[in-house]
Amino acid sequence: MKILVPVKRVIDYNVKPRVKSDGSGVDLANVKMSMNPFDEISVEEAIRLKEAGKAEEIIAVSVGPQKAQETLRTALAMGADRAILVMTDDEVEPLAVAKILAKIVAEEAPQLVITGKQAIDDDSNQTGQMLAALLGWGQGTFANEVEIDGDSISVKREIDGGLQTVKLGLPAVVTTDLRLNEPRYASLPNIMKAKKKPMDEKTPADYDVDIAPRLTTITVAEPPVRQAGEKVEDVDALVAKLKAVGAI
Amino acid sequence: MKTLVLVEHDNKTMKDATLAVVTAASQLGEVHALVIGSGCVSVGEQAAKVAGVATVHVADDPSLEHQLPENAAPLIASLMETHDAFLAPATTTGKNIAPRVAALLDVMQISDILSVESEDTFTRPIYAGNAIARVKSSDAKKVITVRGTAFEKAATEGGSGTIEAIGGASDAGLSSFVSEEIAKSERPELTSAKIIVSGGRALGSADKFEKVITPLADKLGAGIGASRAAVDAGYVPNDYQVGQTGKIVAPEVYLAIGISGAIQHLAGMKDSKIIVAINKDEDAPIFQVADIGLVADLFDAVPELTGKL
Repeated sequence: MKILVPVKRVIDYNVKPRVKSDGSGVDLANVKMSMNPFDEISVEEAIRLKEAGKAEEIIAVSVGPQKAQETLRTALAMGADRAILVMTDDEVEPLAVAKILAKIVAEEAPQLVITGKQAIDDDSNQTGQMLAALLGWGQGTFANEVEIDGDSISVKREIDGGLQTVKLGLPAVVTTDLRLNEPRYASLPNIMKAKKKPMDEKTPADYDVDIAPRLTTITVAEPPVRQAGEKVEDVDALVAKLKAVGAI
Repeated sequence: MKTLVLVEHDNKTMKDATLAVVTAASQLGEVHALVIGSGCVSVGEQAAKVAGVATVHVADDPSLEHQLPENAAPLIASLMETHDAFLAPATTTGKNIAPRVAALLDVMQISDILSVESEDTFTRPIYAGNAIARVKSSDAKKVITVRGTAFEKAATEGGSGTIEAIGGASDAGLSSFVSEEIAKSERPELTSAKIIVSGGRALGSADKFEKVITPLADKLGAGIGASRAAVDAGYVPNDYQVGQTGKIVAPEVYLAIGISGAIQHLAGMKDSKIIVAINKDEDAPIFQVADIGLVADLFDAVPELTGKL
């Protein structure tokens, strides 16, 4: 089968984001960008399925600016076979991304789409579910373990309180949680080889998808700052302090 | 506006997460509750008593027993013909179902709202809570998930909603429930606990986590949480994880023990009323948000603290 893996270029997870002083957004100029951590897990899972003989081809897709091709090259260096970049400098909401992905699915006919459960920039946690809805496919969100068995897939999901296993008919959409796997690093030879792998460049217009935002961001503000606390010397002082503030 | 609130439940008991959503929904207009499940009549009765709930729609069908989104979303989308907004708790159930409903309605979901500013304007955290965005929706119907810790809980008594049965549920045939492993715990649920004792990588092993953290939590009647590092290392199950990608909590008191305080962890607990940190590294970022900090070896300090409570 073919697997489609959407990946997103986001601010590196170690960077502390700074809100612009005019309240228009988060300052991304000269900030280190990387592949969304959940998407690395998606790519890794797709590669493992290919290594296990369950998949023949892995297509990585990204919707974003020209520079998102770096993110796609990373996916190719990890082991994806080819890439599609849907280029736009506009911010694209999950609904629009899902619509673009649905069109790509119609063209490429993958049996499985593996997305990350959320992007660490907008923290929406929507795209995979929306894509499944648009395609009329089953969805296995927050996957902790996946197993393909003929024409169905078992997905063990992380839910509040524990784990749940569901069985989905294929084709299906799976969204990855942190513990699905440990993504591999791309080796230098593979990074070199990835440069020769094919990457199609498209635009949202090629798919006839309207990406006009439905949500307008009015302002972006810093969260309220916590009052600096104090350090206590020893456990007795800690207990006294806890009692003083009514914590115990 | 007529709102529809997804009731979180296990077919027997309504979960607390619902109550904060009712509060958020009441700021938008008339509150209707929706119970989807199987053999869930008692949940409908509980929901009808919640203060502010006008009507409870109960969809009781075997195909809805596990609230699989493939079966639930089309039903909810059809109910949205007569409602203006769908609000779900930002729990794993809500996050699983709501975006599927939004796409069926061709609207953008507004995830994890912190406040209702008006009928179409909301605030929500982005970048692991490092920024708060005010967003205005141009969609005719609103689909929203609600952060439970950001809204007061509606009272569980005093309401007198009318209960209406909803038909039309069917199995979409796309998915089926196989099994569930739910951790049994006598402890307060993490997202509603008043006190949380949370442990990190510094605990060193599952055994030591149990030995050091559990007695303190027992003494305080607290819920137990953990950092991602502690979960990844296998000290505790996944659903203990507090953070951007785990649970978002805001207890009265949060004790962070052996937790350095990475951005992603802070995203899940920095709205706690009082944060207490015990860490031997005095430069650990956790001390920048802690109200009370103790620089000490947790293996000495925590048992001593437990003993003195």
